Amino acid sequence: MGTVEPLPVDRAGGAPMTAELTCAKAISTTIAQAMRADPDVFVLGEDVSAGGPFTTTAGLVEEFGAARVIDTPISEAAICGVAVGAAQSGLRPVLEIMYVDFITLALDQLVNQAAKAHFMSGGQLTVPMVLRTQGGAGQRAAAQHSQSLEAWLTHVPGLTVVMPSGAADAAGLLASAIASPGPVVVVENKVLYFRREPVPDPVQPIPLGEAAVRRPGRDVTVVALSRMVGEALAAADELAAEGIEVEVIDPRTLVPLDLETIVESVRRTNRLVVAHEAVLHGGFGAEVAAAVQHAAFDDLDAPVERVGAPFQPIPLSPPLEDAYLPGAAEIRAAVLATLGRVPA
Amino acid sequence: MTTAVSVDTEVLRDLLATMWRIRAFEERVGALKRADEVHGLIHLSIGGEGVAAAVCRQLRDDDAVYSGHRAHGHALAKGAPLHRTMAELMGREGGLCQGMGGSMHLVDVAHGFLGATGVVGGNIPLALGSALAARQKDSDAVTVVFFGDGAVQAGLFTESVNLATLWRLPVLLVCENNGFAEFTPRSAHTTVERVSDVVGPYPLPRQTVDGNEVADVWTAFSGLLARARAGEGPALLECLTHRLRGHYEGDPDRYREAVSTEDWQRKDPILRLQRAGHDAGWLTGSESFEADARAEVEEAVTWARSSPFPSTVPGELR
Repeated sequence: MGTVEPLPVDRAGGAPMTAELTCAKAISTTIAQAMRADPDVFVLGEDVSAGGPFTTTAGLVEEFGAARVIDTPISEAAICGVAVGAAQSGLRPVLEIMYVDFITLALDQLVNQAAKAHFMSGGQLTVPMVLRTQGGAGQRAAAQHSQSLEAWLTHVPGLTVVMPSGAADAAGLLASAIASPGPVVVVENKVLYFRREPVPDPVQPIPLGEAAVRRPGRDVTVVALSRMVGEALAAADELAAEGIEVEVIDPRTLVPLDLETIVESVRRTNRLVVAHEAVLHGGFGAEVAAAVQHAAFDDLDAPVERVGAPFQPIPLSPPLEDAYLPGAAEIRAAVLATLGRVPA
Repeated sequence: MTTAVSVDTEVLRDLLATMWRIRAFEERVGALKRADEVHGLIHLSIGGEGVAAAVCRQLRDDDAVYSGHRAHGHALAKGAPLHRTMAELMGREGGLCQGMGGSMHLVDVAHGFLGATGVVGGNIPLALGSALAARQKDSDAVTVVFFGDGAVQAGLFTESVNLATLWRLPVLLVCENNGFAEFTPRSAHTTVERVSDVVGPYPLPRQTVDGNEVADVWTAFSGLLARARAGEGPALLECLTHRLRGHYEGDPDRYREAVSTEDWQRKDPILRLQRAGHDAGWLTGSESFEADARAEVEEAVTWARSSPFPSTVPGELR
């Protein structure tokens, strides 16, 4: 199940073909690839023909035209409904909701329509749509443009929820999301958009529901979401210098969750930390902690530790936002806590 | 008074048969609800049969229809089989949706009934998406969305009218204005009496007709449909109707004056068309629309009762 993704090899069986891309470029590249392969795939959202504020749809209108890269008014509820209806009638919309904070306006369409149509119609309707959005703090954008709201979405049966942690996964998971028969919400992270890493060329779909082990380790398992994967790896480097080997797992897909990979790891390490940027209270970490303790109670040598943000809106002021945001230091402290040690 | 003469008599006979099927179905469902044989919140469309018939009977199977919570008539008029619709209301395996959706969530994809929805106004943008899909696929199919006057006060209505006109989508917005949003008269929710006035600034044809005069609905919708099918964009048809029953079955309906029997006999779209038919001579008195409809409904009830309850939720229906 969960392994570090092998890079594809070229047709001659030689070296993997990759391109060094930013996450934003990996996303636009993936959408373009899907639009070339399938005339039913189209993009809609606010400012998409201009590329959007993060350039994730840059270049698409030039290649595919305004009929397939559709700029919309600031009407999140209606455009989400348009995507649902278009998907029910045979298209494959890739809808962008510019900030996850604005998904609040589209939730009726997402939760009451998209998520339920297949089930409630006895399987007659399918909703093959992707809702791309982005969250996360760190850009001094304050409490209405910085949230991490993925836990809400994971609470709705019928939605697949994806959170990529880098460019290659953003591409591969998006390719699978577009091909998926049901609605998929992809929650990207704004501070990851301009980080570069090798991305398979052409983009290879990464199956939804398969975690990736980012770093193997024997002592403590850290399950980290999105931006926190990088923070967990940084913490793991520090801890390795102290002789503590952390295993870092990136679930990549929250629903369906690859619990098997996480539990298998915990059975070896006997300790678990779950880290996300969302507020701790009611966060997805609680679900992971509950599921793991149920599946592997006898294997746990310490209470599951959770890392997340404090239960308050995100402040604007730079020193306050920095203090608010959880990162490598909090993960390191949580790892040490599972070992019964106090951070130095 | 009536424009019935301008509509082909074969069409009018079909509309009469369709309305009787809906009326018989709805009356039977009301009784079955009281007997606890159909389940959930039940909103009957008795009184509104004319709109359902006159709109849906002009559509093709590949034209899509979305409806709201008062959807039985729209589904039946669009072609949903009566027995499977009844079975769905009873939560049976043989129901249109295998008993997963019920009254407020009827879907019959084979006949282009893409669905009822229980959230007021939530169906309107879905219809835009379906219309967009038809255009992207170079089809001349149109999408119709039915909603009540209560939905017009939802933000989604205005967002959707804006988008439909901006993109000139082949979508027809059919508002059944029965003057009551759930328990409350329209006058308590808005200062705009006519829904056709709400869309004032937008470039779309709009018409308000007497929804009890089925031939008028047919004629008005026919013109708007032809435009939309020709790629000339969306339109709004407001049909003034009367909800004979309460908001839902079990609603004590104490918030409005009961319509008198005499008054209702004047308004009833079925009786009205029958009178017109007798006056014009295309009805002879030997027809059996009502009896045929009631017999068909009884067969549907028998069939639905014989359909088992779903044993388990199919695992793949997630």
